Amino acid sequence: MSEPILTVQDLHTHFFTDNKEVPAVDGVSIDLHKGEVVGIVGESGCGKSVTSLSIMQLVPNPPGKIVNGNIYFKGKNLTDASEKQMRKIRGNEISMIFQEPMTSLDPLFTIGNQLIEAIRIHQKVSKKQAKSSAIELLNLVGIPRASEVVDEFPHQLSGGMRQRVMIAMAMSCDPEVLIADEPTTALDVTIQAQILDLMRKLNKEKQTSILLITHDLGVVAEMCDRVVVMYSGKVVEEGTVREILKDPKHPYTKGLIRSLPNIKATDQKLYSIPGTVMRPSLDQVGCRFAPRCDYAFDRCWEENPELLEQDTGRQVRCFLYEKEIERGVPSNDRTYS
Amino acid sequence: MTEPILEVSHLKKYFDIKGGVFGKSVGEVKAVDDLSFTVNEGEILGIVGESGCGKSTAGKSILRLIEPTDGSVKFEGTDLTDLTSEEMRQLRKNMQIIFQDPYASLNPRHKVERIISEPLLVHGMKSSKERKERVKELLEIVGLEAYHASRYPHQFSGGQRQRIGIARALANNPKLIICDEPVSALDVSVQSQILNLMEELRDKFKLTYVFIAHDLSVVKHISDRVGVMYLGRMVELTDKHTLFEDPKHPYTRALMSAVPIADPDVERERIILEGDVPSPSNPPTGCAFHTRCPYAMDICKEVRPEFENVDDKHLVACHLYN
Repeated sequence: MSEPILTVQDLHTHFFTDNKEVPAVDGVSIDLHKGEVVGIVGESGCGKSVTSLSIMQLVPNPPGKIVNGNIYFKGKNLTDASEKQMRKIRGNEISMIFQEPMTSLDPLFTIGNQLIEAIRIHQKVSKKQAKSSAIELLNLVGIPRASEVVDEFPHQLSGGMRQRVMIAMAMSCDPEVLIADEPTTALDVTIQAQILDLMRKLNKEKQTSILLITHDLGVVAEMCDRVVVMYSGKVVEEGTVREILKDPKHPYTKGLIRSLPNIKATDQKLYSIPGTVMRPSLDQVGCRFAPRCDYAFDRCWEENPELLEQDTGRQVRCFLYEKEIERGVPSNDRTYS
Repeated sequence: MTEPILEVSHLKKYFDIKGGVFGKSVGEVKAVDDLSFTVNEGEILGIVGESGCGKSTAGKSILRLIEPTDGSVKFEGTDLTDLTSEEMRQLRKNMQIIFQDPYASLNPRHKVERIISEPLLVHGMKSSKERKERVKELLEIVGLEAYHASRYPHQFSGGQRQRIGIARALANNPKLIICDEPVSALDVSVQSQILNLMEELRDKFKLTYVFIAHDLSVVKHISDRVGVMYLGRMVELTDKHTLFEDPKHPYTRALMSAVPIADPDVERERIILEGDVPSPSNPPTGCAFHTRCPYAMDICKEVRPEFENVDDKHLVACHLYN
């Protein structure tokens, strides 16, 4: 397999509040290869958005700080990069689409203004050229009457249109990596289908690698090649889409899949994971899922399980699979060449 | 066949658009435009549709939390639109609502005790001891503990807050509960807990739900019959199995095909609709869906299709079937 374009290695992002330190991201490692779509799945508060913000070096500091770990983008460590260097990378080589299309555009500037700004920061082109490429981009993302829309303000567009503008902006400099943080959560299903279709097209045609952060397993099944499941700041399972959805190993992933109401399934009582998501905490001993786990035994409460890896790249953080995955090595010992 | 508990006929709700120097009405938003359906006792009727299709407005108009512009709503034979506000207030004892946002629908300054006991007080339970007992009982019914009564809403998670909202709705033993997107603000694992709880309560207290949601798989799971709304109108209504196996209206078909399924092996034909939902202040003439419909004919642009039976109890508003 080729060299990953983006590598997150043992990332720890902590938030410091008045009286405690919260490990929102606690030792996360993710590889993203060229042309690949990797999904990060988890419920609110599991650290998936903080992971993506950490990659972009956009974690608000204070209160947040990357206390440990490395993020390699094409061999360069982003955690060491200066703000000036980061600004060159952001929007140019790595772009991000945020969840809220309503709030991520500036209401005081026209769509054209905002797109032209993004283009001119990274490319040496005249305003006129930038405007024509802005119109071209809007056409590309399927906005009707693009030449009029460039002169309109965000409030004149619907949610789906605004999200398309965000995608156009993110694609303006042909980034190699696109981080999409819940890009369709605020949208209706028919619009969601349009946006996912668009992202898939960009991935196929331009070989853009996509890191898709979502809580919707349906979206994951449609879009992703590989999936990383997060729980309470840690990766609990990683594998290909088929492995995760068809043969989940970790009790949390299993519960998550079983608790989905299925449009195809017959009437049966929904499974539900008891309890609620535990907030990450530094003095937590043992597996973070143990309080909600059906299979928890004594060891789960005392010791934190390592992420076990199979040769195929399949990873599970659970004591139940220690025997099954004999040849596995703990993820922290993985070497990055 | 059981009697319908709720009968909605030709319900309309238009909101005025105010403009100009004198704030005159310059137009109307037709949020709900000629909506008719019935709900039988003990059943769960799901209403699905995209944002802006008028499903929440319909829910609120039924309870007269928003005054409907036209049409009638009959609850157990009484026409609600004729009642005075005092009579309506009395009747709301039997009809309750659960809101979407568990963070906004509970007063942050009141303790849970007060939030749940307020409807009891309003409907005449004067003794504070009785109320305390009832609150305790309600909390246990929805899966919380009695000691939670002395806490404030911010001390609870989203799922727990939604349970408090449910307890409040149950306080006066209602017959009908309108659930306005009760699980859309919740995480998947919590969502399934609340859905299960709502089903349990239905069986236990013989409740009737009107379940409004935008998530088709949730609606499919919980409902007996499902109605699909588009731009203020009902386009299709039938029992859930027929609807999901044999959808007739082109909009329903597109909606179903757009739902992502968490199974990589499912191959299916996806219908991607062009464009956005038109504005309800200026809805298209004829069939409201004709601007996005792949099968649109000339007649669709001019004549509004009637909402009629095409099969046994399968109502569709589309010229293709008439």
